[in-house]
Amino acid sequence: MHPIFASIAIAGPETILTLGSLAALMLGSFTPKHRALVVTSLFAVAILAVAGFSLMDAPAGRSIAFDGLYIADDFSAFLKVIIMAAAAASVLLALPWLNESGTGRFEYPVLLLLAALGMAMMVSANDLLTLYVGLELAALPSYVLAAFSRADDRSAEAGLKYFVLGALASGILLYGVTLVYGFAGSTQLDVIAGLVAGQPERSLGLLFGIVFILAGLAFKVSAVPFHMWTPDVYEGAPTPVAAFFSAAPKAAALGLMARVLVVAFPGKVAADWQQIIMVIALASMVLGAVAAVAQTNIKRLLAYSSIANIGFALVGLAPGTPAGISALLFYVTVYVAMTLGSFLVVLQLRRPDGGTVEQMADLAGLSKTQPRLAAALTIFMFSLAGIPPLLGFWPKFAVFQAAIASGQIGLAIIGFIASVVAAFYYLRLIKIMYFDEPAVVLASEGSKVNGAMIAACALFCSPIGMLALSPLAVATARAAAALFPA
Amino acid sequence: MPILSLMILLPVAAALLLLALPGDDAARAGRARMVALATTLVEFAAGIWLWLNFDQTTAAFQFSENLPLFAPYVSWSLGLDGIALMLIMLSVFLMPLCVLASWVAVKKRVPEYMAAFLLMESLMIGTFAARDIFLFYLFFEGGLIPMFLIIGIWGGARRIYASYKFFLYTLLGSVLMLVAMLWMVGVAGTADIGELSNHDFPKEAQFWLFLAFFASFAVKMPMWPVHTWLPDAHVEAPTAGSVILAGVLLKLGGYGFIRFSLPMFPDASAQLIWLVFGLSMVAVVYTSLVALVQQDMKKLIAYSSVAHMAFVTGGLFALNTQGIEGAMVMMLSHGLVSGALFLCVGVIYDRLHTREISRYGGLADTMPKYALVLLFFTMASVGLPATSGFVAEFLVLLGMYQTSTWATFVLTTGIILGAGYMLWLYARVAYGKAAGEDTRAMPDLDAREIAILAPIILATLWMGIYPKSFQQPMKPAIAAVVARLEGRELATVPTDMTLSAARPALPSPAHAAEGHH
Repeated sequence: MHPIFASIAIAGPETILTLGSLAALMLGSFTPKHRALVVTSLFAVAILAVAGFSLMDAPAGRSIAFDGLYIADDFSAFLKVIIMAAAAASVLLALPWLNESGTGRFEYPVLLLLAALGMAMMVSANDLLTLYVGLELAALPSYVLAAFSRADDRSAEAGLKYFVLGALASGILLYGVTLVYGFAGSTQLDVIAGLVAGQPERSLGLLFGIVFILAGLAFKVSAVPFHMWTPDVYEGAPTPVAAFFSAAPKAAALGLMARVLVVAFPGKVAADWQQIIMVIALASMVLGAVAAVAQTNIKRLLAYSSIANIGFALVGLAPGTPAGISALLFYVTVYVAMTLGSFLVVLQLRRPDGGTVEQMADLAGLSKTQPRLAAALTIFMFSLAGIPPLLGFWPKFAVFQAAIASGQIGLAIIGFIASVVAAFYYLRLIKIMYFDEPAVVLASEGSKVNGAMIAACALFCSPIGMLALSPLAVATARAAAALFPA
Repeated sequence: MPILSLMILLPVAAALLLLALPGDDAARAGRARMVALATTLVEFAAGIWLWLNFDQTTAAFQFSENLPLFAPYVSWSLGLDGIALMLIMLSVFLMPLCVLASWVAVKKRVPEYMAAFLLMESLMIGTFAARDIFLFYLFFEGGLIPMFLIIGIWGGARRIYASYKFFLYTLLGSVLMLVAMLWMVGVAGTADIGELSNHDFPKEAQFWLFLAFFASFAVKMPMWPVHTWLPDAHVEAPTAGSVILAGVLLKLGGYGFIRFSLPMFPDASAQLIWLVFGLSMVAVVYTSLVALVQQDMKKLIAYSSVAHMAFVTGGLFALNTQGIEGAMVMMLSHGLVSGALFLCVGVIYDRLHTREISRYGGLADTMPKYALVLLFFTMASVGLPATSGFVAEFLVLLGMYQTSTWATFVLTTGIILGAGYMLWLYARVAYGKAAGEDTRAMPDLDAREIAILAPIILATLWMGIYPKSFQQPMKPAIAAVVARLEGRELATVPTDMTLSAARPALPSPAHAAEGHH
């Protein structure tokens, strides 16, 4: 068999997504207009499911394809499963809103498929150039999605803001790539590691390259100090799009960050990037917690919450150990469920005038008008706050355990204190729902599919989800081990 | 039979059942009360069974269960020693009384209220029964959630402020403890509490670990100066919430000290007794004085709780058998007595809907039965012989005297001040003239209220007259803790804390040693 066919076979999920998104585009164009959105969406979910399940019979161990540009291993497989699931959920959860708001065009699921393809490439990138291509492929549909309700000024503003800042970050990242190529001599991650190890002393140019790459990636995961776009974009973008932004892209970008740093820059340069990661982790945790206290808009609140959560996840990356990476993956998994669940609840609620809920004050007395949704949101909030025995406690536990095991006790202490500050604003949402009297009576939009997804996320985040701890620990440990070849 | 697992899971199952009850509001409320009462009574029966089948001769954990259910993070590892058994007994004893006390007082969202209480019960049992250090933390922190909701939804006027303060204060204390736990488990390689209790951590590390645990337990206890959440939480919580708060949640701090701080960090405990004694001394005098000037009955009792808890910390850090036993009896006694005092406040609050002391008066004439019961619990709180309070205070002071006469002296003044504010409270409420017509018109105790208070009276007398029933199961466990502390104690106790003026009374061992010079 020609090597290109072997490579295409290894990159099975990406191949399926590529062909699938093109087919979806055709399908949407040739289906009667009033059914195009639903048909395309269901098709997109099917494609994502096929791509996800195709990972199951992937060969064990690592396979390199396209002359070292692409790698398929347990690490990428784990993250791809999360990405596919989150993308599929994002397709489904948007349907009621798209139909109501009159923006129900079939391009929505197609754009999501393309973004998912880009994210799959990101976590499988074994070369800085694949990384860049994947990143851009994921980012371009995202810019369009942010501006999806064209008639809404805020949405257009969000899209433009995201695009301009995203392009800037991509430029910085690309500059970092060129510096690393210039001072190390390759763009392939494992080759860089070998070349750097062979250098007699640490080169300053390489350090600059790492810093620039990290700055670009920090923008993508919305870590402080490159987080400024997040609250604005979340607030302006349509709620289902904000839900999508908060889940799958974060998982992909964190995975990418872990792979680049651990595979390409181990050993003597590790201490350099570990310091940087520690600083941005600390800054994200603290700023995410403190800045959210003053928010009144739910989407902005969730934006700051995701900044803080990225900080916690990065605590797992800081030690650069298998235990830390495993904790990072665990964190990402639970975080995706918590944040998607929170957005789903917000999306499910309708004001009396038919609009979606934006202000926290609208939720007043929700426990009386919509007790089930209030209970679900309470589970997500306590879980995000990291209160045991809810599942959200355990990823925090795992990342800080990894940090403490490698001696970063100060990081753990400040992180936990930041989590107490963060608990304040999560509690405020619960207070509004349970302690306050209803101001407006919110209706439930009543979508069965979204209701089932809320129930599934809530069950996963509740103490019952602790039963998933053992299997998840095994899976994340295996995935993390893939980054550390024996 | 996995009795402990069943005791933890039954209230959870009942709580879920309550939330899913069918019918309209009134029917749901009625059924919820019955289900909650039945569940708590079954739990109480299970507690009695535990006590009867408990082997009182060993310090080993009994009724053990171990399932590596949540490996590698935490294992479902349960077991009881005498200390945990007694505290579980206290919890399951108070729980049905709490349900009864809320029978008519709570009118809104009854199923949710009862469900929160049942969750609370299962988390408390779990806290005392956990043998895995992280399982302990899970239950310990999890208790914040139902209590936050109980105060915030069913509390008084400033309930929101109080619920936040309660939650964030205790959470902040606890996260530092979690960091310490993670470090300890990483170093010792085990999360089993029994094994950790016998692991010798380096002395310098013990110092920091002790402080981290202290941050959590001191807040839970609560010790001066981090006690300020307690009066707020008490005042705003519904009556049954106050009972659980005072009766059981405050015991978590003391339990934490005796289960973790003393056996795991014996050197640091011995070195830092000046800190604990100092805070206890300030707490007793300061909070007693504060209690004297309170206008609000619940606040007064809340401050008296802080003073009583200072006796617990004082007794524990006497680091000897009498002191620790006294502290344990004090915890049990305080759980009964201050729980009962909150119930007494609840009785008249249900009638007049105010906790202002000045709005009452002359109850001895209009409510003679009530006045009698209140008198009994006032005396028990003061520590009258034949009540449980006397046994506790006596043992604590006896133990402390061997360690520091100066601290004992200050704590003893706390007893006098305690008698002062409690008797004055009683005088203002029960004697004199009724403050108004509505006060005079209050009916005396009804059958339900007598049924709630009578068991506590009996238990208080039992513990006061024959405390051995309660001490005996705890003795081996306490002996094990004291054995861990022995040998470290003498070298590190600051002898200069003893006052020469106190010497002639009864020379402590430290003084005897000095005398030979």
